Amino acid sequence: MAVTHPAGFARIHPLHALLLAFPIALFAVALLADITYLNTAEMQWSNFASWGITGALVFGGPALAWAVINAVVTGRHDRGFARWGYPLMLALAWAVGLVNAFQHSRDAWASVGAAGLIMSLMSTVFALAAGWIAYSPRRSGVVA
Amino acid sequence: MTRKFTLPLASLGLAMALSACGSGAADVRQTGPNPVLPDQQRTLIPPMKIARPTGWNGQTPTVPAGFTITPFATDFKVPRQMLLLPNGDLLVAEGKGGHAPKLRPKDVIAGYIKSIGTTSVKGGNRITLLRDADGDGRPELRSVLIDGLDAPYGLALVGGDLYVAEQGSLKRFPYQPGVTRITVPGQELTKLPSRINHHWTKSLTASADGSKLYVGIGSNSNVGERGMEVEEDRAVVWEIDRATGARRTIATGIRNPTALAVEPRTGQLWSVVNERDELGARLVPDYLTQVRDGAFYGWPYSYYGRNTDPRVHPQRPDMVARAVAPDYALGSHVAALGLSFATNGGFGGPFSEGAFIGEHGSWNRQDLAGYKVRWVPFANGRPAGQPRDLVTGFIADGKARGRPVGVTFDAPRRALFVADDLSNTVWRVTPRAQPRVAAARAGTPAG
Repeated sequence: MAVTHPAGFARIHPLHALLLAFPIALFAVALLADITYLNTAEMQWSNFASWGITGALVFGGPALAWAVINAVVTGRHDRGFARWGYPLMLALAWAVGLVNAFQHSRDAWASVGAAGLIMSLMSTVFALAAGWIAYSPRRSGVVA
Repeated sequence: MTRKFTLPLASLGLAMALSACGSGAADVRQTGPNPVLPDQQRTLIPPMKIARPTGWNGQTPTVPAGFTITPFATDFKVPRQMLLLPNGDLLVAEGKGGHAPKLRPKDVIAGYIKSIGTTSVKGGNRITLLRDADGDGRPELRSVLIDGLDAPYGLALVGGDLYVAEQGSLKRFPYQPGVTRITVPGQELTKLPSRINHHWTKSLTASADGSKLYVGIGSNSNVGERGMEVEEDRAVVWEIDRATGARRTIATGIRNPTALAVEPRTGQLWSVVNERDELGARLVPDYLTQVRDGAFYGWPYSYYGRNTDPRVHPQRPDMVARAVAPDYALGSHVAALGLSFATNGGFGGPFSEGAFIGEHGSWNRQDLAGYKVRWVPFANGRPAGQPRDLVTGFIADGKARGRPVGVTFDAPRRALFVADDLSNTVWRVTPRAQPRVAAARAGTPAG
């Protein structure tokens, strides 16, 4: 579905943008929850992180699929990093997030640890980078 | 935290390997008084194998030469523990409890996976009475003795008082010999901890003199992952005064004491206990132990004595230092749920003095463990020697035909009852050479 836009061109479709908003917000939430858990040993924070990561994966999955299809099908409008940078960043965020979901499924203090914290940080940074690229308008072209 | 900085890369690597490990090439011996405890293996996904259910199709479990096994009764609604009454009637508690909320995605997924290996029948919340007056192994009478219970599990009879441990209450019912139906509501002797009820089963037995009742209360989590606040009065054995209902905690840190029984020679209290998961396929062995007054058995801070569990934070070296090792290991993840001591010479021969153990079977290892009834020989009131299989064949071609729970030895008839909560059957094991009841009454020794 193509939408033309008068003043600058959004890189992605609004629904695609909404899907992408979830991993950006939820990976960051998980990171904050992890930090709080490590500071308090209060299990509920680890549970919050666990749900945050799961939500990020659930909504990030379709966003990632959409991003890959865009790069393949309509990527001729972008060149080089602009074409593959966004799906690559989102794929990295999602893959690390998947491992981190299993990490967070371990019991009690083993659910986060340094490994969980670092993976949450990685997912957050990759998701933010993905969002930065995806939400940057381009000068001309087609929204897909 | 800093010492864990080697973990991330290792964890990422493990994620790729997932959880291939499950059984070692050369297996370690994890039964008896001194089990081998390998290093902890904390994988991202625990090794899992659920035996999918299948039917018996007219076949029966396997017993050693010289024994025979028959279905005593079928079509139960999740039979768990049993009690033999003085007149020979058998009571079967049927039900399924627990109302642990799903706190994280894992609870949803693990709950589904474990449910694959269980019956689809809804728990009966009742106690069924079976009467086999002529002792031919086929009950002539079957009656719902008590209905409308809340996940009944432990049963005990002292004089004219029948005690039922529901998942949240210990109740007393008036019992007269021969009754087949009790309609008067039970009197609550004491409430039992039931918040969340991750491990909901409340095991029960009476002291040798009948003055005290013992209730086993399981932990509310695997290893404290629901927070330690909800572990108040959990992973303990209570001693309850039968006259007043007053209680005293006699053992702590005893993760899930699923069956309690009094050893007949010494009159001491024993329990089978289920230990924690997700430390590897060979950790932690479930155990059989005498429940010593005042003992702390380690949960959640340590296992099998002073082996620290790193998943608990903050750690408690002071508690670990107090932890005592249990008496006898039964193997990792076998899920012992049944305990019954042989009395009056048991089955004779090697089965004269000892304990029958019902093992429900594992999920947390690739090679299935448990799914059988074993015999632990005793001498002078203590375990003596390695366990031996008594009832097997619950697994066929990797599928589960049944899962043993409670076991009850019937000394006057020299029979062992085994509750099976997958096929919803109670099995009856007898020595093959056992004479018919007329001869038995005449005092002819069997088999």
